[in-house]
Amino acid sequence: MGEYKVQFEVFEGPLDLLLYLVKKQEVDIYDVNLTKLATDFLDCIEAMSQLDLEVAGDFLVMASTLVYIKSRELLPSDQQVAVEAEPDDEDPKWELIRQLVEYKKFKDAAATFQSLEVAQEGVFPHSAAKIKFDQEPAAARATVSVFDLVSAVAAILKRVQARDQSSDIFADRWSVSEKIELLRQEITVRRTMRFSELFAEAASRVEIVVTFLATLELIRLKVLACAQSEAFGEIELSLAPDPSLEAGASLAAAHAAGESPSVTGLQETSAAGDSAQASGVPDHEENPAPRLS
Amino acid sequence: MELKNILETVLFFSQKPLTPKEIQGILESTASSSEEEGGKEFRKIKVDVIQGNLDSLREDFENGAKGYRLVCVAGAWQFVNRPEYAPWLRTLVGEASRPPRLSQPGLETLAIVAYRQPVTRAEIEQIRGVSVDGVMQTLLERGLIENAGRAEVVGRPMTYATTQQFLQYFGLSNLADLPAADELRRIPVTHPEALVTAEPSPAPSAVEAVISETGELKPPKA
Repeated sequence: MGEYKVQFEVFEGPLDLLLYLVKKQEVDIYDVNLTKLATDFLDCIEAMSQLDLEVAGDFLVMASTLVYIKSRELLPSDQQVAVEAEPDDEDPKWELIRQLVEYKKFKDAAATFQSLEVAQEGVFPHSAAKIKFDQEPAAARATVSVFDLVSAVAAILKRVQARDQSSDIFADRWSVSEKIELLRQEITVRRTMRFSELFAEAASRVEIVVTFLATLELIRLKVLACAQSEAFGEIELSLAPDPSLEAGASLAAAHAAGESPSVTGLQETSAAGDSAQASGVPDHEENPAPRLS
Repeated sequence: MELKNILETVLFFSQKPLTPKEIQGILESTASSSEEEGGKEFRKIKVDVIQGNLDSLREDFENGAKGYRLVCVAGAWQFVNRPEYAPWLRTLVGEASRPPRLSQPGLETLAIVAYRQPVTRAEIEQIRGVSVDGVMQTLLERGLIENAGRAEVVGRPMTYATTQQFLQYFGLSNLADLPAADELRRIPVTHPEALVTAEPSPAPSAVEAVISETGELKPPKA
């Protein structure tokens, strides 16, 4: 049984075995010695005597054909008995060879297919990524309302409060107009920045509030655009698509001239409550707007 | 603007292979939608003109000593790498999971179907001299061959043909692209009389006299 399995893997049926035997004779397929071929074939069948019956059937049919051809070869053609079912001009020998040749051609074609298959394993198609037309990244994302900003800054304030319980007294180093100018410069250079980055270096509660007011003012003047890429995600600030930098500059100048709200005053309101302060801010900052337009 | 450059650009940025017909559609809708003058001149381009330009474009890439080339697989055009640069691509993208290679019987059977389609199971078995049931099942499952109706002979047996997937698997542009196609197609298939039974019968009596038809296999005069 073990021996049979090896044979089965090598020869895909009787034609395959015949082709192999023809190849062993080292002659052209048309010049093959069929008598010798029949003998070789029968020897192989002998060796495979333990065959699976179905496969053996194929091989035995072929063997009988070969023996029949061999027997015909033994007799001179004028002494042969005419077979009724067979036309005179048809020799089973040539029929078999025709079949062998045809099988050989497909076997060769299979070899070509195999090399194509192997070659194709090394071929990768180029597939381009979908072209994106995202000239305006902010437009694609959810816009942020003033309340989102307020709650973001409230979270930051809370964090600072927790960190800093000491009661040191700082001089008010920042005014809103100065912060506006600073932010404007930074955003021009960096194009985008995260909301929390604004407050990373804030030393005190006052500075956070001032920075926040400056941010709101810049957003109102459409110098800054803010967007949130996902719900509860980081708010991102970027240079607005159509920035009117002059407006920002003149506003800063206006604040510098003494129009800016009192920071100390704001500090008191912020202590009263963040949301109250925030809702008050836009109203408060409305004043310079008519002057600009 | 040159048509060839448009074709190259469109194919390069396409996410899937494009047939000349699809490219024609792109040219046409561009012409009708774009305000620019440039698009208009390619409104009515015949498919065979596109085909010709694609062939010429392919030549350009073949002669241009590039690492990639333009090929037509199953009627659609796309850029692929040259196989000799595959090792670096494998490192770049990771090993692509390809199905296992076909077995020898599978390849032989597939070759017969490819060159002789539509072909019945009995015809395949006659050529191969063995039963092909299991192999055919594998080929059908892998989508390389499919049913192609029934033959108008006794028993109306099922016939089989190759699929688009077959062309893609071997990187062939169409069936005419099969290697040595004319030679293998010319040998006529002999129709065994007992088509109803799936019995592989290489018995000489079942074979019709086809030798004289082709003239190719005539026995030499002794």
